[in-house]
Amino acid sequence: MTDTTTHPVEYEFDRVELRKKLATVPQEPGSSKPDAILSVDRIVRKFGGVTAVDVDHLEVQRGAITALIGPNGAGKTTFFNLITGFDKPSSAKPAFRSGDEYAAWKFNGRSLTSTSAFRVAQAGMVRTFQLTKALERMTVMDNMLLGSQDQSGERLTQALLRPLWRAKEAAIRAKAEDLLDRFKLLDKKNDYAGSLSGGQRKLLEMARALMSDPAMIMLDEPMAGVNPALTQSLLGHIESLRDLGTTVLFVEHDMHMVRHISDWVVVMAEGLIVAEGPPENVMQHQAVVDAYLGSHHDQDLGDDSVLNEDFEAAAAQEAIERGKVESE
Amino acid sequence: MDFLATLFTDFGAQILSSVTAAFAIAALGLNLHFGYTGLLNIGQAGFMLLGAYGFAITVELGGGFWLGALIAILAAVAFAFILGLPTLKLRGDYLAIVTIAAAEIIRIVGGNQALAPITGGVAGIGGNKFQPVFTALSPFPKTGLFTIGPFTYPFSQGDSWWLRIVAWAVVLILALLTFLLVRSPWGRVVRGIREDEDAVRSLGKNVYSYKLQSLVLGGVMGAIGGVIYILSSSVQPDSLGRTTTFLLYTCLLLGGAATVFGPILGAFLYFVVIIGIQDAVTQFVPSSIVNQQQIPQLTFIVVGIGLMLLVIFRPQGILGNKKELSFGD
Repeated sequence: MTDTTTHPVEYEFDRVELRKKLATVPQEPGSSKPDAILSVDRIVRKFGGVTAVDVDHLEVQRGAITALIGPNGAGKTTFFNLITGFDKPSSAKPAFRSGDEYAAWKFNGRSLTSTSAFRVAQAGMVRTFQLTKALERMTVMDNMLLGSQDQSGERLTQALLRPLWRAKEAAIRAKAEDLLDRFKLLDKKNDYAGSLSGGQRKLLEMARALMSDPAMIMLDEPMAGVNPALTQSLLGHIESLRDLGTTVLFVEHDMHMVRHISDWVVVMAEGLIVAEGPPENVMQHQAVVDAYLGSHHDQDLGDDSVLNEDFEAAAAQEAIERGKVESE
Repeated sequence: MDFLATLFTDFGAQILSSVTAAFAIAALGLNLHFGYTGLLNIGQAGFMLLGAYGFAITVELGGGFWLGALIAILAAVAFAFILGLPTLKLRGDYLAIVTIAAAEIIRIVGGNQALAPITGGVAGIGGNKFQPVFTALSPFPKTGLFTIGPFTYPFSQGDSWWLRIVAWAVVLILALLTFLLVRSPWGRVVRGIREDEDAVRSLGKNVYSYKLQSLVLGGVMGAIGGVIYILSSSVQPDSLGRTTTFLLYTCLLLGGAATVFGPILGAFLYFVVIIGIQDAVTQFVPSSIVNQQQIPQLTFIVVGIGLMLLVIFRPQGILGNKKELSFGD
């Protein structure tokens, strides 16, 4: 399992090369990528009569920063929850049955179709949350150490004997200090996470997710509630993640950020993927414009000319009918 | 002066008592549940009673001390699994409801007259049925009394020095175990679960399994506390009811949850306060105002008010760290 969480060396680190490759990918929903780390099929989630997510096929390019955008209520966070195991698709495969009509998703060559959230994380796909989940009544350092996986001291049988986990503890502590230093949180390491500001908590959550060297990190609105000064350094961190070989998938409303750092953009609306493409082109896509502004956005609904030509005749007819009813 | 001498002798006797030790042990288990893992177990008395029955019935059937202790522990493990498997995947409130109901079920089933041949019904199981196997293990003289200062107790029989030594040794061992567990990475995961389950899940930890481990460990401590509790008296289902669970919470909150020695200090203080109030009322309040029967009720009223004041003014308890633990947010 450790093998899947460390970075394979054959990653494409060169952004220019990567973008060149992605430029050859057809710009349509569900297009296949040259080297997909995550591929998702037939994920449907219904809440009562509402279909929140209905994704037929999606692939995420390894080593790229992919942005998932869409208007409010498009199903982005639900989609995140589904692929990270925090929610179960309505189209999930029932036990003891097989077939092509059920939800399926593969990550790094492994099927994650029926695994729980913690196994998804162990497989190397670590997520953060839209509402930051810092463990407030624990220190920043404890938060970080918790992010590391495969700690023998976390097993009840070995927890009692310190010599069994002392070496590992020292190693991950050094790594945590290193990461905290990168995220400018090192001088806060002994503070309780609850005493950090909102932006610092976002940083802490991201740093904590990186403790396990994930192959892919999924950020749910990393910029929400972060002040503009910190935004710039967060952007830098996300780009440096990609440069170190981590695949990034993030949900974001800030179009500036999306345009600035992403290599590929996936647009969702009303649960469906409506468009895919590089950030420069995708915004001009008709489906995207419709999704954000509504498909009648350039029509004046107050203009009588758009009304039915028979409207006046119909209105006259109605008036006559009403007169009949009243006279009776 | 006479009053103070009596008071301090009573304090000493109560602090040494195996009942205080039993409460300290059960509160240590509850601390693991509530203080560290955030599991709201309102049925710790059920674990105690189950341990007591497991031990007493096994010994009565001729199983001997060690088999009895083993059965008590296994019963608690099984009970924790039965309670935890269906509820720990759900929100915390469900565990609270299920534990309090299950503890009541054990108490009511134990007191059922139809089961009297096994459990003794409401009358319970007399101490003479199981105390001899414990006395037999004593290295001290089997009969006779021994006096240290104002305290005179039997060497080995019943409410004895032997029982006091064993009880407090068990408290120390379990406190050490708690200390080793909570400073380890295991303890870190469990505290993370107390803060936010989903966050810990997203970091690749099997939250369900950790919660179950904590429930089992704390439950076993409860069962051991139950065995110690009955060794000086007898098994009586109604003496380990809901009230006991709430007294354990009082001990825990008084001393400070999420600290190793908090529950032990809490058990000391709780009993000392009770004895202090009883002695003071007996001494200074004329029996025309508060008679002998009303004293225990008055004591509970005072303890209740004290608990409210504690929660308002010092929510972290005496030893607790306010930043780490308070009831509200």
